[in-house]
Amino acid sequence: MSATTTQERPAPAAPVQGSEDGRIGLRANLRHIGALVRRNALQIKQNPESMADALLMPIVFTLLFVYVFGGAIAGEDGGYPNWIVPGLMAMMGLSIAMAVGTGVHEDFSKGVMDRFRSMPIARSSVLIAKVVVEIGRLLVTMAVLLVVGLAVGMELNGRWLELLAAVGLSTLFGASLTWIFILLGLTMSSAQAIQGMAFMVMMPLQFGSSIFVPTETMPGWLQAFADVNPLSQLAEASRNLINGTGEVGGPALSVVLWSVGITLVTAPLAISKFRKKV
Amino acid sequence: MTRVNTPGRGRNAVEVRGLVKHFGETKAVDGIDLDVREGTVMGVLGPNGAGKTTLVRCLSTLLIPDAGTATVAGYDVVRQPRALRRTIGLTGQYASVDEKLSGWENLYMIGRLLDFSRAEARRRADELLERFSLTEAAKRPVGKYSGGMRRRLDLAASMIGRPRVLYLDEPTTGLDPRTRNEVWDEVKRIVADGNTVLLTTQYMEEAEQLATELTVVDHGKVIAEGTVRELKAKVGGRTLLVRPVDPDQLPVMTAAVAEAGLDGIAGAGTDPAGEALSVPIISDEQLTAVVGLLGARGYGIADISIHLPSLDEVFLSITGRPAAKTDEAEEETAKA
Repeated sequence: MSATTTQERPAPAAPVQGSEDGRIGLRANLRHIGALVRRNALQIKQNPESMADALLMPIVFTLLFVYVFGGAIAGEDGGYPNWIVPGLMAMMGLSIAMAVGTGVHEDFSKGVMDRFRSMPIARSSVLIAKVVVEIGRLLVTMAVLLVVGLAVGMELNGRWLELLAAVGLSTLFGASLTWIFILLGLTMSSAQAIQGMAFMVMMPLQFGSSIFVPTETMPGWLQAFADVNPLSQLAEASRNLINGTGEVGGPALSVVLWSVGITLVTAPLAISKFRKKV
Repeated sequence: MTRVNTPGRGRNAVEVRGLVKHFGETKAVDGIDLDVREGTVMGVLGPNGAGKTTLVRCLSTLLIPDAGTATVAGYDVVRQPRALRRTIGLTGQYASVDEKLSGWENLYMIGRLLDFSRAEARRRADELLERFSLTEAAKRPVGKYSGGMRRRLDLAASMIGRPRVLYLDEPTTGLDPRTRNEVWDEVKRIVADGNTVLLTTQYMEEAEQLATELTVVDHGKVIAEGTVRELKAKVGGRTLLVRPVDPDQLPVMTAAVAEAGLDGIAGAGTDPAGEALSVPIISDEQLTAVVGLLGARGYGIADISIHLPSLDEVFLSITGRPAAKTDEAEEETAKA
């Protein structure tokens, strides 16, 4: 195109959306998030290894727990897959979210973020797109987990709807955790510090819970912690949903409340951090 | 969206008054006044750390100034940031494009973020890739682009929304001379289209090539302003160096130029190395006149070069002290 074409063409000027003060409408906002999700998805396509953790983690953990620890923990009555797979579903959300911190740190120190922040889009849309992509990764991980779980002997007995509900709960909780790690990634100054911090958060939550083993054998103080740990609540809700073994409402409500609470606190903090980042 | 206020040609696209931005003890921008008229290129010249980038970041709403006011296309940077963002294009010091995406995907994404329809975003991406000679590299990831291609894509990305004001923050820093010329050509085309540009640079030569008016900043303050010609007159312009085929002819050649009485040429001498004729000039006409004179008299010329005032010399002559960071003198060599 010639140098003068920009002048001749009746320019479909960029600002077709937005009001007088440039406020961004809902539809425009969704379109922006869509374009940014596409960016993240293309990055994964360009660098497929970045999906390795999401694909391998459920396989490794399921095999590890069922074949290495399963015999010792559950004896030989064979019900362990039905116990551990819902627990691992809860764990996957935490593990996927944890990796977001370092990714955000790297991504958000790049020049392209300056472009996004100088464009007429809601700055939150950059972060929301990140969360949407992580939800996608989490769903892939859970699909792999369930395939492996069924292969090693988990039995559903036709409880597909309950399974879907359990996946939904784990996804909701995982998405709320993503905000915590985005906030960490935006706050801390180095990738190592973020990783160290992420482990400090993850270890006690993960092992001080009923994900891997029943809490009955824990000392009283730890049992008290494990029982209020939202990961225990999530594991319990998922187990009871999938196995039809006990109460669902209480633990499920607790998970929903935790998820909403975490999101309401950390999402605005993360967005404001991103807005002010120099 | 209708604009609150539509500046016409000759009016100010950018108005900055007493702008201040401090980072702790560092006074990055310390009371800058600046006007950029619609359709002109304002060059902001200064050494590393002079506050140029901080100024651009304030004007693109990436930083909130501590004091002072600034408007772009009539919108206030603090009170109307969202509306302001619709009127600007930003090309930073480092490429502000996504290295993992292809060139086309980068431009398409930005089109979509600017509310173009899918079809329009596609067309605009194709159009700009062609205009910036990147069509062949359209599908390659930007990480595999050369430095010059990346800057060109960056420029293309900034042009998608047809911004009223384009910021170019040190567009050629870190590029080799050939690539630098390539980027300059693109910027000149953008300017020829009548765009308003705010350019920051560390290079006197770059400012000369691209800007119509200059503001020289140092330590967050404006220390000189005017047209390129005015500032050059202050600094003393360029020096023409002519190396004869036969070094023995140097004295007669020097005398010939000194005595010819060419317009505006105040004296010819020999360079410190004693190898070339040295003539201070301020215009291309003078260059042609000197070379023409020597040619007409039948002297053999082996090499012609032009020594431009370095940023250091500019600073030295304006402030009486060297710039914060020394910069090598720019040399332009043409084989005769």
